[in-house]
Amino acid sequence: MINEFATWLASTRANDVVQNVTWIIPTVQSVHIVCIAIVITSVAMLDFRLLGIGGPRQSLADTARRFLPWLWCGLVMLALSGSVLIVGEPARELQSSVFWLKMTLVACAIALTAVFNVVLNQGATFWERNRVIAVVTGVVSLGLWLSILAAGRWIAYAAHG
Amino acid sequence: MFEKLLAALQAAPWAQAVSESTWLFPTIETLHVLALTLVVGSIMVVDLRLLNLASRNRSVRELTSEMLPWTWVAFVCAVITGGTLFSSAATRYWGIVPFRAKMVMLMLAGLNMAVFHLGAYRGVAAWDRAPAVPPPAAKLAGGLSLLIWVSVVMLGRWIGFS
Repeated sequence: MINEFATWLASTRANDVVQNVTWIIPTVQSVHIVCIAIVITSVAMLDFRLLGIGGPRQSLADTARRFLPWLWCGLVMLALSGSVLIVGEPARELQSSVFWLKMTLVACAIALTAVFNVVLNQGATFWERNRVIAVVTGVVSLGLWLSILAAGRWIAYAAHG
Repeated sequence: MFEKLLAALQAAPWAQAVSESTWLFPTIETLHVLALTLVVGSIMVVDLRLLNLASRNRSVRELTSEMLPWTWVAFVCAVITGGTLFSSAATRYWGIVPFRAKMVMLMLAGLNMAVFHLGAYRGVAAWDRAPAVPPPAAKLAGGLSLLIWVSVVMLGRWIGFS
C-alpha cells in the first residue's frame, strides 16, 4: 500500500515541480533545519529545567509557558516542510526504514510532550513534587528528540528498503 | 601557499579517516546539525527579545546570561565538527561558492555581535526590563542577527548540494 502511494506521489504534478525546480528542496530543507533549531532549543530549555539544571530564575511553569508554544508551532512547521520533501522524493522517504523509525520516535516524543503539557496544566507542582518522574521524563525526552534529529540526517545515507 | 595548506589539511590522518569511512562523515555531520540547531535556537531567543517579539517580561541581561553559555558551547562544537568535515575534502569545499559565502556570513554575524556589544548593549540598564523597549539599534542588531543566521543555515545546506 505504501509502495503504491509512493508510486502515485511520484507521478503527480506536485512531485514534478519539487523535483525540477532546483531551489525548492534545499530551501525547504533549510526551513526544516531552522524549525528543528526552534524545536530542539525549546526542548533543551524545558528538559534541562525539568532536570533542575537550567534556567533556575524561572519556574518550570513559566519556562513551559515561554517555550511550549514555540515547540508546538515548530512541530507544525516541520510537518509541513517535511511533507513537501516527501512529495518531492516519495521513495527516498516512504520506502526508507530509517524514515519510519523516525516517525515512530516522533509519535512517542509528541505523546510524551503532550502528557507533560497536560499534567502541567493541571497544576505546576506535580513535577516539583515527583522529582524522579521529572528527571526520567527529561532524560527520555532529550533521548527521543536527539534520536529523531539523528534519524532525520541518516535518511539521506541509509539505503532504501 | 594557501592551496598547499589546504592539501596538507586534507592529508591529515583524521581528515583521511573521515573521507574513507562510510559512517564517520554522517556521524560528525549529525553532531554538527545538533550543535548548529542549539547555536541558532539560542541566538533566536535573544534576537526575538531584542526585537521585542518574545520573552518581553524577562530582563535582557538575565536572558543573555542564561542563553549565551549555551550558544558558545554549541558554537565551539559546531566549529570542531564543521572543521573536521571541511578537512575531509578541504580543497573541494574551498572552491565552492556557498562555502565561501557561509564563512563571510559567519564573519558578519561576529561583526554584528561586536557592534551590538560595544554599542547599544552598553546602555542596556535603561531598557533591560519591560515596559522599556529595546532601542532601534538593538532591534536592528536582533533583526540582522536573525537574517544572518538563517542565511548561514541555508548556505550550509547548499554546500551539500554543490
